[in-house]
Amino acid sequence: MTAKFSRRTFFKTSGLVSAGIAATSMLPDKFLLWAEEKGMLQASQIPTYCEICFWKCGALAKVINGKVVKLEGNPAHPGSRGKLCGRGNGGTGLLYDPNRLKTPLINTGTRGEGKYKKASWDEALNFTAERMTKIAKKYGPESMAIFTPTDHFLPLISAFGSPNVGMPSFAQCRGPRDVGLELTFGDSIGSPERLDMLNSKVVVLLGSHLGENMHNSQVQDFVESIGRGAKYIVVDPRFSIAAGKAVKWLPIRPATDMALILAWIHIIISEELYDKEYISRYATGLDELRTAVRDYTPEWAAKETDLKAADIIETAHMLGRRAPAVCIHPGRHATWYGDDVQRTRALGILMALLGSWGREGGAFFATKASFPKVASKPYPEPSRPALNLGGYPFAGGEGVTQAIRTATITGKPYPIKGWFVSGTNLLKALPNQKETMEAIKQLDLLVAVDVMPFDTVMMADVILPECSYLERHDALAVGKGKSLTVSLRQPVIEPMYESKPAWWIAKELSKRLGLASYFPWNTYEDKIKSQCSLWGINYDELKKVGTITIPDSSNPYITPLNQPEFKTASGKIELYSHELKEKGFDPIPVYTSHEKPEPDEFRLIYGRHAVHTFSRTTNNPELHELYPENEVWINATKAHSLGIKNGSYVTLINQDDVKISHIKVKATERIREDCVYMVHGFGTTSKELKKAFAKGGDDQGLVTKYAVDPICGGTGMRVNFVRIGKETINA
Amino acid sequence: MRKYAMVIDQRRCVACMACVVACKKENDVPPGQFRTRVIEKVEGVFPEVRMELRSELCNHCENPPCVYNCPTGASYKRKEDGLILLKKYRCVGCKSCLAACPYDARYINEKKGFADKCTLCEHRIKEGKEPACVATCVGKSRIFGDLDDPKSPVSIALKENHSEVLLAGAGTKPRVHYIKIFSKPE
Repeated sequence: MTAKFSRRTFFKTSGLVSAGIAATSMLPDKFLLWAEEKGMLQASQIPTYCEICFWKCGALAKVINGKVVKLEGNPAHPGSRGKLCGRGNGGTGLLYDPNRLKTPLINTGTRGEGKYKKASWDEALNFTAERMTKIAKKYGPESMAIFTPTDHFLPLISAFGSPNVGMPSFAQCRGPRDVGLELTFGDSIGSPERLDMLNSKVVVLLGSHLGENMHNSQVQDFVESIGRGAKYIVVDPRFSIAAGKAVKWLPIRPATDMALILAWIHIIISEELYDKEYISRYATGLDELRTAVRDYTPEWAAKETDLKAADIIETAHMLGRRAPAVCIHPGRHATWYGDDVQRTRALGILMALLGSWGREGGAFFATKASFPKVASKPYPEPSRPALNLGGYPFAGGEGVTQAIRTATITGKPYPIKGWFVSGTNLLKALPNQKETMEAIKQLDLLVAVDVMPFDTVMMADVILPECSYLERHDALAVGKGKSLTVSLRQPVIEPMYESKPAWWIAKELSKRLGLASYFPWNTYEDKIKSQCSLWGINYDELKKVGTITIPDSSNPYITPLNQPEFKTASGKIELYSHELKEKGFDPIPVYTSHEKPEPDEFRLIYGRHAVHTFSRTTNNPELHELYPENEVWINATKAHSLGIKNGSYVTLINQDDVKISHIKVKATERIREDCVYMVHGFGTTSKELKKAFAKGGDDQGLVTKYAVDPICGGTGMRVNFVRIGKETINA
Repeated sequence: MRKYAMVIDQRRCVACMACVVACKKENDVPPGQFRTRVIEKVEGVFPEVRMELRSELCNHCENPPCVYNCPTGASYKRKEDGLILLKKYRCVGCKSCLAACPYDARYINEKKGFADKCTLCEHRIKEGKEPACVATCVGKSRIFGDLDDPKSPVSIALKENHSEVLLAGAGTKPRVHYIKIFSKPE
């Protein structure tokens, strides 16, 4: 028999082809790019959407020979508009992080000791399901709580029978803002926020450090509006990046923001700069408001805020004269001092007086177009009430995490014995780590699903390694801005190691818990396909382009024919809130003076860095090298007087004598003398994060005290004071 | 002839570092080394503070000291578009160019032993794309184009605004121009 060998079959039989591929996958990206340029390798561009933060920007992954060599923005996506931020560009750093969780792990030591044995998926899933079943039998299914209810695990836990879901994005972040705006306008501002900055004449940033807070399309709007001549008023104790772009920087004394807002309201009402027609047509409670703010004069506010009365008056005039094309950014992380709903109410009232809600250059209305709801099997009704509202009358959204934590510690009104934690690092997200640790001690089961071995993951009894966003399908992302969009997350390469997509983990667990009927599809792609056909979306097209925008004709602004609808009790904008009054709260925001630091103390404030998303990116090699450790910002003059040098390392000790050691000093003129600033998310205790371990300081470690907002349960975390101790040995 | 250049509108830079990361991925720059960076410069005393955010990269000088000082002829100025490039096979890693460059724009690729720097993504320009840093620039602070084309974005930006170059006194005639704060007086 004569065998005909082509060169190709020879390679095939000799195994050289597979060897060749294995070798190329180890070649540097540049070679691959070069080889691609020469036509030797074919690059594919696969659209998906990013998960380095929650903005969900459309991205195009350039894949050569099974390796993701670059990520770029998808021009079709409204969140990225063809551009990715530094973090999005660094997404491959997560994908190829050598410290990723590679196999399922089961704890063999005491909890938190970090001793794990590798397990098969079957073992790990059986372990999880058995423990969950045990908890349900002994304490009831409600005793299983979930943190960060994702598209996949929320259905699982709901089917299991527990209503106890919590996500730090409510009580540790946006909650008070959303509640404050809902109480005022009957609607919140959404995410991405429906801010018409592109068309604004004046923009107020109060506690929003855009540029460091890299919300892609919003930062694009921010910069573009500056290019178009918008005047920025930035209120911040720190000279932020945004302050550097502002015509007016108001370096306010921390914790006095409400005094400034109320003084602005006072001036705008007393000088009759408000939009009279808008207010008389759409709002209620002006007379009560006028009386309530009578004493909040600029002179009074100047004393409280440490600003000049003339500046307060000048900025009020800027707002009043440019209305309604004035954008008052309501911020995002709003849990500061415990009166945060009221502060956002004050911002909302200001927006209303300027007539900017629903107007060009203010806050626009989202499209009225929507997709039909997808029917699913109804979940069982829990037999005991949810604990995740914590008794706060206006709690809602994604639940009050710390209320679940408290119930876990006390066992009241009923015990919480299992935590299912996915995609959140609770130890870094929640204030008072001691309480979090105390709660973890009470658990019979702590399950963690994550890509990386973060602090909280390393406390788990069982760790289920999820693949990164570049290796999996997730729920379709529906965006509601001026138009309706739908975006697809799809795997651009196969999952690495033994990691699995979350949908697979949820479905496998459902089988073991007897809940398989809640997951009536084979693969998540099947589910997406059927959803697409229900929504009239061409799935093949979506797969190719990543994002589809549904054409519609909704008007984003108020016009004679497009009248707004306010879903408040009165059907109007509530300058005076009957709802709050009924529940025993101030119907109009009242200024409360907060505790001030002692002369040797500084108020601890914290925020973001452009290349990091909380603690989640600290170990990402591509982002770590740009900002490997956070610093403590100290006013340069103050630092000099204390004999603290720029670049030296110090210890921070808070009012409860909790200490973090070895944090680098940034002595700068960019901050007031009465506060210090840290970028949030550093100082991980997880030794498995080889790059990030013990780098920088953990601001959350110093947040032992928190002021709970009685209206919605938000935890005000800027109420901690620190002293600075010099370190004798410098690194 | 083309005359590629970059204009950096500093009013629109927020130091988000997208350019830095995109450049590293596009050009496989080794860990710890960079072809571009963003500098933060603060002036004044609280609360009278001013801050400059400045992206820096190879200036693709018309009078390139790196080229003049290269003993092997590895560094060269490309005739057709004025880009300062490097024939890697001719580079011996002597660091003359590193010492000669007043902008600290070069590094030695330790793994491979040659000097390296920004090429303005010459490989992308060839395909009709913008350099990676420009394409991803969130604030549209980085502007790329051909100075010889009066309709190119760089020509327009330079016509409409006052601009400066870095270390003008060095006589290098950089092709990276900076728009700081002020527009051209009317």
